[in-house]
Amino acid sequence: MNEPENVPLLATRALVKRFGDQVVLADVTLEIPRGRVLAVIGKSGTGKSVLLKCLAGVLVPDGGEVLFEGRPLGSAAPDATGLCPADTPGAEALAAFRRRCSYLFQGNALLDSLTAWENVALPLEQATLLPKAEIRVRVTEALRRLELEADAGRYPAQMSGGMQKRLALARALVTRPEIVLFDEPTAGLDPVRRNAVFGLIAHAQREFGFTAVVVTHDLPEALAACDHLALLDQGRIRFSGTPAEFAATPDPVVAAFRDSPAALARDIASLRAGAAKPADYD
Amino acid sequence: MISALGQSSLRIVSEAGDLARFTVRGFYSAVGSRRLGRRLARAVYEQGVRCLPVILIVGTFTGLVLGLQAYHTLNRFGSAALLGPLVALTLVRELAPVLAALMLVGQAGSALTAEIGIQRNSEQIDALETMGIDPFGFLVAPRLLAALIVFPIMTGFFTLVGLVGGWLSACVLLPLAGNVYWASIDRAVKGADVAECMVKALVFGALTIALCCHNGFNAHRRTGATGARAVSASTTRAVVFSSIGVLAADYLITSLLV
Repeated sequence: MNEPENVPLLATRALVKRFGDQVVLADVTLEIPRGRVLAVIGKSGTGKSVLLKCLAGVLVPDGGEVLFEGRPLGSAAPDATGLCPADTPGAEALAAFRRRCSYLFQGNALLDSLTAWENVALPLEQATLLPKAEIRVRVTEALRRLELEADAGRYPAQMSGGMQKRLALARALVTRPEIVLFDEPTAGLDPVRRNAVFGLIAHAQREFGFTAVVVTHDLPEALAACDHLALLDQGRIRFSGTPAEFAATPDPVVAAFRDSPAALARDIASLRAGAAKPADYD
Repeated sequence: MISALGQSSLRIVSEAGDLARFTVRGFYSAVGSRRLGRRLARAVYEQGVRCLPVILIVGTFTGLVLGLQAYHTLNRFGSAALLGPLVALTLVRELAPVLAALMLVGQAGSALTAEIGIQRNSEQIDALETMGIDPFGFLVAPRLLAALIVFPIMTGFFTLVGLVGGWLSACVLLPLAGNVYWASIDRAVKGADVAECMVKALVFGALTIALCCHNGFNAHRRTGATGARAVSASTTRAVVFSSIGVLAADYLITSLLV
């Protein structure tokens, strides 16, 4: 924490990621200031999750770099032989980053051979030197916060999608990380739970002061809970700013995204009124 | 044609090198891996205890058939008294390590390839990495170490029930004297034969479980298949290559030790 305040905790510089001929991230430059919650929004398939995986070092960028406290991160992703090179430049920075970072996967990525309790305890048991008693306290607390205490002995396959999401969230927060990368933390949740998860992220952020990047499609919740928004479009950051700036920008792509609920409401109202279909639908 | 042959050779050498690096990394990652004992116990249970019934059944029938065939063949030459050594040496030096390894690959190896492949596909391995947990130490090391424990023990069980199967054939169903059978085995089987058996079991264990782990770990890299099909293709490949590997390694070890 001795880094200068003007150096962003996490940043990308001209990040490029391709899968075969498909360019998913064309040129992504983004800064994530310390202690802020950044929501990354955009249409499906625009590379939001890919960006998050590049930030976490799970995917290796084809160009550009990810900077953690101003230093480039290496990659521990397996090479062509399936091995994870430990001696690549920046690997040490990546290891340090991972000790301070948590990642909530879109598909939860819970270990299906472990119970809920064991899943939450896993990062503490395997990646920290905490005593058993402390681990027990932290895991109990994490499960209690996510209303999963009664399900501690159940396996992920015995849980609903929403419960699995909450379990993954408990595992992501139990290490009290400095950075949390959330990949659609509310996917598959009902509106009440969705709001609860965003509330939990906001409260946990306030309590622990972590920096968060939240990939989401839930615009109203993101506007309410996040300090900063970035809109990813065609592999580039189309907009980056505060919720107030997001509400005010005249950019047509941002406006289309921002105003889509109102456009839908108008469309439905016109249908109910028996009006002709909008020209866009033909 | 020469170019294609050269490319195939290079690919085989490259894959063998990858497997060797993977295996060394797998064993090395056991050093410093936390709570390895619990995962090792689970791997021993899955590779050993759960495979014990099939080992006992196949071992018994192998001994029964061996005893039956050998008795009638040796009897033609008036050498039925040599049945014990023939059954014992065939089992100890060849059939027990090879057949036990093939059975273990079929049951435990295929299961662990599929399990690791699914963990790869569902991002569980990526999740381990993001939590700062070495997936090699967590997933591969306990299975490799378990193979070094389980394969020799299972080979021992296979040999014992095979000998009993041979005794059932020759001494219970056929008229050979039981004391002749057991006494001749005791005289014929030397320490070097048992050592060869154990060397084979250890090599087959490390080779096949490394192959199975490697295929599961790289299920997402399979060309021409994704998702569940990639897992099934990796599992098939692991079983086929492990079976070939066992037979090839058996010939190599036998030619070195015989």
